[in-house]
Amino acid sequence: MGMTAIEIYKLLPKTNCGKCGVPTCLAFAMKLANKQAELSACPDVSDDVKTQLEESSAPPIRLVTVGTGDNKIEMGNETELFRHEKTFYHPTAYSLIVEDTTSPEELEAKVKEASEVEFERVGQILKMGMLAIKASSGDPAKFTETVKTVTGKTSLPLILISDKPEVMEEGLKIASSGKPLIHAATKDNWQAMAELAKKYECPIVAFEEGGLDELAELTQNIKKAGVEDIMLDFGKKSLGETMRLLTIIRRLSAKKNFRPLGYPVILSLEGDPEKEALAAAVFTMKYSAALMLNDISKWKMFPLFTLRQNIYTDPQIPIQVKPELYEINNPDENSPLLFTTNFSLTYFTVAGDIENSKIPSYLQVIDTEGLSVMTAFAAGKLTPEMVAEALEKSGAKDKIKHNKIIIPGMVARMSAKLNEKSGREVLVGPRESSGLPKYLKGLSEGS
Amino acid sequence: MPVQIPKEKWTGKIREVKFGGTQEEGGTRSSSITLGGVSTLPFLYFEGDMPRKTVIAMEVLDVVREDYPALAREPFNDVLESPSSWAKTCVEKYGAEAICLKLEGTNPEEEDKSPDQAVEIVKEVLSAVSVPLLIYGCGNDEKDSKVMQVVSDATKGERCLLGLAEEERYKSISVATMANDHAIVAFSNLDINLAKQLNILLTDFGIKPENIVMDPLQAGLGYGLEYSYSVIERIRLAALMGDQMLQMPILCDTSISWKAREAHQPNEAYGDEKIRGPYWEATTGLSAITAGADMLIMRHPSAVKMVREAVEELATSGGGE
Ligand code: B12
Ligand code: SF4
Repeated sequence: MGMTAIEIYKLLPKTNCGKCGVPTCLAFAMKLANKQAELSACPDVSDDVKTQLEESSAPPIRLVTVGTGDNKIEMGNETELFRHEKTFYHPTAYSLIVEDTTSPEELEAKVKEASEVEFERVGQILKMGMLAIKASSGDPAKFTETVKTVTGKTSLPLILISDKPEVMEEGLKIASSGKPLIHAATKDNWQAMAELAKKYECPIVAFEEGGLDELAELTQNIKKAGVEDIMLDFGKKSLGETMRLLTIIRRLSAKKNFRPLGYPVILSLEGDPEKEALAAAVFTMKYSAALMLNDISKWKMFPLFTLRQNIYTDPQIPIQVKPELYEINNPDENSPLLFTTNFSLTYFTVAGDIENSKIPSYLQVIDTEGLSVMTAFAAGKLTPEMVAEALEKSGAKDKIKHNKIIIPGMVARMSAKLNEKSGREVLVGPRESSGLPKYLKGLSEGS
Repeated sequence: MPVQIPKEKWTGKIREVKFGGTQEEGGTRSSSITLGGVSTLPFLYFEGDMPRKTVIAMEVLDVVREDYPALAREPFNDVLESPSSWAKTCVEKYGAEAICLKLEGTNPEEEDKSPDQAVEIVKEVLSAVSVPLLIYGCGNDEKDSKVMQVVSDATKGERCLLGLAEEERYKSISVATMANDHAIVAFSNLDINLAKQLNILLTDFGIKPENIVMDPLQAGLGYGLEYSYSVIERIRLAALMGDQMLQMPILCDTSISWKAREAHQPNEAYGDEKIRGPYWEATTGLSAITAGADMLIMRHPSAVKMVREAVEELATSGGGE
């Protein structure tokens, strides 16, 4: 949410000197408001105004990056309260918490678990965001040792948790090159913590349980100390209170451009595994950028990642695959031919079932603009003509000797017409692709 | 640094719909349930009212077919054959606040139970439990029009929620609803305009707005949940902004989440299905209530427990300053 042309104009020198390439300051202001010009084109604006304008054009919720390279996690930069207004951009980063009081064996097991929690779903890889190390012992040596062990065993970005600057610094000495998140600056330690954030060039969490007034105060102080990459943590509260605070922060930042709270929110949900799971689901939908968990069992993480995937898809664009002729299990010219739609969920469900059947097959994917079989059929975006044309284009004829095609059971109604348009003998498959292994085996035994 | 708390001033309010007829009303229910009365987005108590917690009804079928997942059968294994015992278990053991009886066995292409058989089942369930009832037909237009009429007659005074009315087929069920002063479930297909259109059709046909509950189709986790989430949010926002034809309470059926094999099939890579399955359904339910649903129809007792736990905590402490 930038400034309007008039607001910008008020800050310009108002000399209409024309050095910026347009005749008047007002014209230049209009160009700036429309992002058609760079402020640097005017040589006469003061530094003060420069910072003011830069800040106003910055995103309402700061983009904060933790970690480096392929594993880095980006949080913030959200602009909406509701996903249907545009989309949500940076999926909630789930992070496991480990403590420096944990026995080495258990620590190793937990770190391994966090690195290995990984799922593939509708073509996307789903994995943990960060790994948090809590300095529960209060002993710098112990923390050092734990951070050392962990950095050697995972490539996940780290969150270092301690309210003691001297303990934090020991961790940073080891881990700072991986750009960990410092958790946290509080009203008591922020000066020292901000110094560490600057010295080691790491992002920092502003932690304040006392309320939003105090939290805003804290971020302002940290910012004045010269640290820009800040996240917010308002502490552990009930679900209802957390919902209220997250909503208020999102509204203030994204819609009111209130800078002191214009940062992504990270929360620790630590509770029993089931409670954590419920809270994590709710706050994946409502506004948390990162969530720290005590337990990352697969029964919890797989549904949670699926929810995140749902909530963070662009409402305008369903996840799709390329509409082409796919080869599954190394087919030859006698292998069966089937078709489905290019909606990712549909494609991966069907392709997975064909793989499970172990029967070599061809799968022609039809461009239905990312709609499922039933939805596309109901919307007129999956017609016999389209199937015939797709087969023509993909060269199925040249690759496949036989003249048959297996169609989804849900669209049995298109059989006759498809036969007419494609000249192929139409076999109606099962309604659910889970029936395909049995069906395909039956076919191959029958022939 | 003082922070100005931004509060929305909504002009609209969700209409109250009451179902379940007590003795005074000519029924036999021990109490009735009121939905709606909401004047804020879900759980934002600091700027409006949400007078009641999410109501959780549980599903009971008159027939259980092969595709009903084993994991969901487990809690009911010894009562699945008897809808009335099943309903009793839901209420007495798992605290269901209402029962949604789905008469799928009346489907002419399946078991083809007669209208009389349907009434029989309904009566058994009515006498087995004293909570309010939702009663759904099988989805076959012709058959439903016969079944729902006699069901309506047989439950006079009980003020059931009858379903499902759809854009293409709402007249006979509307007649059945009005004949005995029941309430109706208006089902639309993931589209705010269709939802509104159906409410208009129903009210034009003579159903009072305070007798309509909307079901905008809850898609399961991983299978279109995001569409449901956004449609429900948009409906609720429009209602709060004053669109009277969308101010009906919203009901979502999370049993659909069990369609996903990922939800409940044993697969070590996805973790223990005994808790994954219920959590899958609970997550579907949480998305519905986070978006704006006032009532859920649920399948698994553990999922019910999870959602209830979350609702308790969402509801008791969001008052703030
Ligand atoms: C999410 C959804 C939508 C989303 C779209 C999602 C998408 N990207 O496709 C939205 C909201 C956009 C939508 C819109 C509509 N929808 Co819709 N939608 C659904 C919903 C809830 C889930 C669909 C889904 O994702 N299924 C999962 C995928 C994997 O299923 P699938 O593609 O069918 O694949 C399965 C099988 O077909 C089979 N299979 C697939 N390929 C193959 C291949 C072979 C060879 C074999 C053997 C088997 C096989 O196996 C797969 C796994 O089981 C369903 C209801 C439901 N719960 O099913 C309704 C549903 C499909 N929609 C329906 C309708 C009518 C519509 C609309 C026309 C209504 C409207 N609102 O205007 C519009 C049309 C869209 C348009 N105009 O653009 C109806 C279809 C009715 C019918 N019988 O034809 C359904 C069934 C809802 C209902 N009960 O009324 N919808
Ligand atoms: S260069 Fe600067 S001062 Fe000169 S006209 Fe442009 S905006 Fe105005």
